[in-house]
Amino acid sequence: MKYAGLLVMPAGFFLTLAALILFPDPAMRAAFVLCGLAVEALGLVVAVRGHMAARGESRL
Amino acid sequence: MNTTPITDATFALILALLLVAPLAIAGVALVNTGLGRCRSAAQALLGNLAIVAVSAIVFALVGATFLGGAGHVLQLAGKPWNWAGTGPYLLGGLGTASPHAQLALLFEFLAVALAAQIPWGSGADRLRLAAGCAIAALLAALVFPLVAHSVWGGGWLSQLGVNFGLGAGFLDGGGAASVQVLGGVCALAVVWIAGPRKGKFPKEGLSTALPGHNAVYVLFGCLLALVGWLAWNVAGALLWLHAPLSALPVTAVNTLLSASGAIAATFAVTRFRFGKPDASLCANGWLAGLVASSACAGIVTPLQSLFTGVVAGILTPLLVELLELALSIDDPSGAITVHAVGGLWGLLAAGIFAPQPGQLVAQLVGISALLGLVLPLVYLFFWLLNRFVAFRVDGDGERIGMDLHELGGGAYPEFVIHRDESYR
Repeated sequence: MKYAGLLVMPAGFFLTLAALILFPDPAMRAAFVLCGLAVEALGLVVAVRGHMAARGESRL
Repeated sequence: MNTTPITDATFALILALLLVAPLAIAGVALVNTGLGRCRSAAQALLGNLAIVAVSAIVFALVGATFLGGAGHVLQLAGKPWNWAGTGPYLLGGLGTASPHAQLALLFEFLAVALAAQIPWGSGADRLRLAAGCAIAALLAALVFPLVAHSVWGGGWLSQLGVNFGLGAGFLDGGGAASVQVLGGVCALAVVWIAGPRKGKFPKEGLSTALPGHNAVYVLFGCLLALVGWLAWNVAGALLWLHAPLSALPVTAVNTLLSASGAIAATFAVTRFRFGKPDASLCANGWLAGLVASSACAGIVTPLQSLFTGVVAGILTPLLVELLELALSIDDPSGAITVHAVGGLWGLLAAGIFAPQPGQLVAQLVGISALLGLVLPLVYLFFWLLNRFVAFRVDGDGERIGMDLHELGGGAYPEFVIHRDESYR
């Protein structure tokens, strides 16, 4: 699960890059950059949850 | 990379500032040592020295090549993407380089040492000396040069303004991104890979408190760090933001106000939460304020800087608690909160308060690169490195302490060292 989260994070970065290239309109670009950051945040949450799950198992 | 000529007086001023800036490294070393346990104190402080030495040597031999020069440029969608430097090998031609290039290199030598120190504090009491040096070597050879080239060396982040009309491009005068956030995400990767200290998260109940062994080191380290940070931010404003001399006092005042606002806020939050202010959390708050100022001290007004510090100071104790109690992350020095979160907040604040249109989006793109590209990359590199140089000491070493295990003698030979059981 941690690795899945870490793989999602670059997807968010590439979404940010795509926003720079594809959207010259400032509002649209800003919105897609925020979407990229949201995907990264999602990946980070999944990675942290994966870490917590692994720690929980090692305590048993 | 900017090659604007600088006057002799400005050259002398920046050089003098950079000779004071290592006090920030000394301050962080003391904080790292004081927040660890007494049976690992000598190893912790020696590790800080070793990391500075290894990062300087490796950066001179390898890293500086990937940072300087015109750079490798990819053409994508009709825009140039400068992603890595093409500097001379082994610091060739340094003596005849432009004064700006020489000072920039000195700044970067100090920056890589500070960045490599940050994960060492998070791995306190279980990270081997060899692993700390290997992490420093990897950072100095590859990761730091790529990030710093993007931000300072004329790379793609610094060119966001020219290529995409986003303000003045990604702004990071004092190294909030290249040093602090990079060090902070490295700290997260180290903590994830090395795991928590023995006994930190027992099978039953909440996490065990393993308090730092010397609050005096920690708090004096904060004072030393202030002096270093003042020099660092002012030198960075001159070198990377091309600030006029008249703007430098404001940059220094902003640095002080950010740290002051942060410690006042942390003091109030810990007083409210625990009934009494917490010394180590206040120290973390102070450092978080300094870290946040690295991004924005040269850009914002004093009141905005105070606000930035207050927010950093409120976030710090709450996040330290969240990471430890809710997320099972054992970070003895609080580096993830202080350096990663403090740095990210500072970068965001620089975008919010900067007068140029589009600056906020430029800062968000930089933050996206740090989280979405640098963090996974660093984790991958460290995961591979851990296969060759084990990060974590064996169980016996952790039981007797890093000083005895790695150095054969303790930092305080006349003290009685408590066993783990005495903390329970």
